[in-house]
Amino acid sequence: MTTTEIQNDLSEGQGRGFYRAAVFRRQAILATLLMGLLLSLCFDLALGPARYSLQQVVTAIFMPGSASLQERVVLWDIRMPIALMAVIVGASLSVAGAQMQTILNNPLASPFTLGISAGASFGAALALAFGIAIIPGSIQYVVPLNAFVMAMLTALLIHLLTLKRGVTVETIVLLGIALVFSFNALLALIQFFASQQALSAVVFWTMGSLTKATWPKVWITLAVFVAVIPFFIRRGWALTAMRLGDTKAESFGVNAKRLRLETLVLVSLLSAIPVAFVGTIGFIGLVGPHIARILVGEDQRFFLPASALCGALILSLSSIVSKVLIPGTVFPIGIVTSLVGIPFFLSLILRTSRPSW
Amino acid sequence: MVSLQLNAVCAGYGRTPILTDISTPIFKGGQVVALIGPNAAGKSTLFRRIAGVMKGAGEVLVTGASSPQAVCYMPQDTGANPVLSVYESIILARMQGRALKVKGDDLAKVDEVVDLLKLESISHHNIGDLSGGQRQLVSAAQALVRNPDILLMDEPTSALDLNRQIELLRIVRALAVEKKMLILIALHDINHAMRFAESVMVLSGGRLRASGPTSDVITPNLLREVYSIDARIEHCSKGIPQVIVDDVADQP
Repeated sequence: MTTTEIQNDLSEGQGRGFYRAAVFRRQAILATLLMGLLLSLCFDLALGPARYSLQQVVTAIFMPGSASLQERVVLWDIRMPIALMAVIVGASLSVAGAQMQTILNNPLASPFTLGISAGASFGAALALAFGIAIIPGSIQYVVPLNAFVMAMLTALLIHLLTLKRGVTVETIVLLGIALVFSFNALLALIQFFASQQALSAVVFWTMGSLTKATWPKVWITLAVFVAVIPFFIRRGWALTAMRLGDTKAESFGVNAKRLRLETLVLVSLLSAIPVAFVGTIGFIGLVGPHIARILVGEDQRFFLPASALCGALILSLSSIVSKVLIPGTVFPIGIVTSLVGIPFFLSLILRTSRPSW
Repeated sequence: MVSLQLNAVCAGYGRTPILTDISTPIFKGGQVVALIGPNAAGKSTLFRRIAGVMKGAGEVLVTGASSPQAVCYMPQDTGANPVLSVYESIILARMQGRALKVKGDDLAKVDEVVDLLKLESISHHNIGDLSGGQRQLVSAAQALVRNPDILLMDEPTSALDLNRQIELLRIVRALAVEKKMLILIALHDINHAMRFAESVMVLSGGRLRASGPTSDVITPNLLREVYSIDARIEHCSKGIPQVIVDDVADQP
């Protein structure tokens, strides 16, 4: 719509009406996304080598006593951790991407583009190829621990940069890109020297996979998500104001520098844990927030839950597709998210007439 | 009633000083104070320093404020976001530091400001679709909706047409009188300063060159010293003093 068209618009006093309608529409979208996610979760549980009906799944969830032992074991012990991991990891990565895009005022920002995922991949590759443990721990957790430590070290490097005087958000994004290239080069170096067996393990890890999800990993990832989200809720208005630029946000009384630093720390944690457990899934953190933005706008009261739900839904749907694409084979989730999500994302971008950034 | 006084205020970026030793008399609520000076005189920096966005030596003394967030700064940067509507962006300004739930009285305040600045017809449009002048009015609404005791407006009329300039400044003047607000307004148009402000502060090179009643401070000599122009003061048909610029002053 052009400025002239707006000036010619003679509608009076419509602001509050449009606002109320927008709030209602956004609440309906959130409810729809939630319903879609619950449905997707049920299908994810139902599908696999042994197929169950939705009724069997619902019975096993809400009345485990009525389900057979086999159903309980398959649904609760094998499929539930994987299905829930998809939901929590998707939500975590999408929220992390949403807040990175918000505080850096950059549509390309995500855990992937700032080098956090690349750092995690490098850490994991060190363990997978050469058995190097950055922090000594149980063998079962060497790979995720290495990935986590490297992700946090990368985040720390970015934090130190933000403390430097005169550093702009553009500088931070550029540093992130430089880190991505550096870690990718180091990863290639590891792959060059790795044995054939180790090489395939490294490549598989970097594709991302939910199949190694266990209940302890689910609880840890969920605990981090639950611990971090209240901060973003409390800072909802301030974070929304950050998208108007630092000067404008500061004029509203927001301490932009402090908020950026605090958010960056929490976002690093939110993205490092999932990446450590399931490998690199780059697409969600970038696209989940963009889909949410198209659907509900940038008001964090709606944008934050919508980002979480979009990320969770994309990864949950991808988990289903990864199982049904070739029966009996579970495709690496990182590949599927791109294959499922990119066409959907492109159709949303191309169909919408309004700019989303 | 709110009052503001600056005492040896300094500010700068890194090691580069921008403002040096700015001290003023006490400015009380209910008046408009114009801040004038050439480009890069330090007007925006002084506002940022008063608003607490920048730190520095000296004291900004605010007394009689009704809330801890009594000082509100309206920057030149209007901050366009393509996915926020005008109405939402005013709510956003109102709700800073408040709970997530937007209450009825918050919406009533937003409606009041929208009505005051005649923004109804564009209130449901996205800010990204507006002209520079319309964004400036939205920016003014965002400042007013926060109910400040002291309002710092940084060149709020720079993108407005002449009619809208006068209209906005009339509203500003009326608000100062009715709500006992202290409004500091950075202006490039000295005639606006003479028409709407009781007092004026003249900044040049980061220092305060003069301050006091507008008609006493703005003189041909001051204009020559600060702006390097030859000008005289005459009166319009309504008796309001106006600056008539004859030429750029000869360089010494």
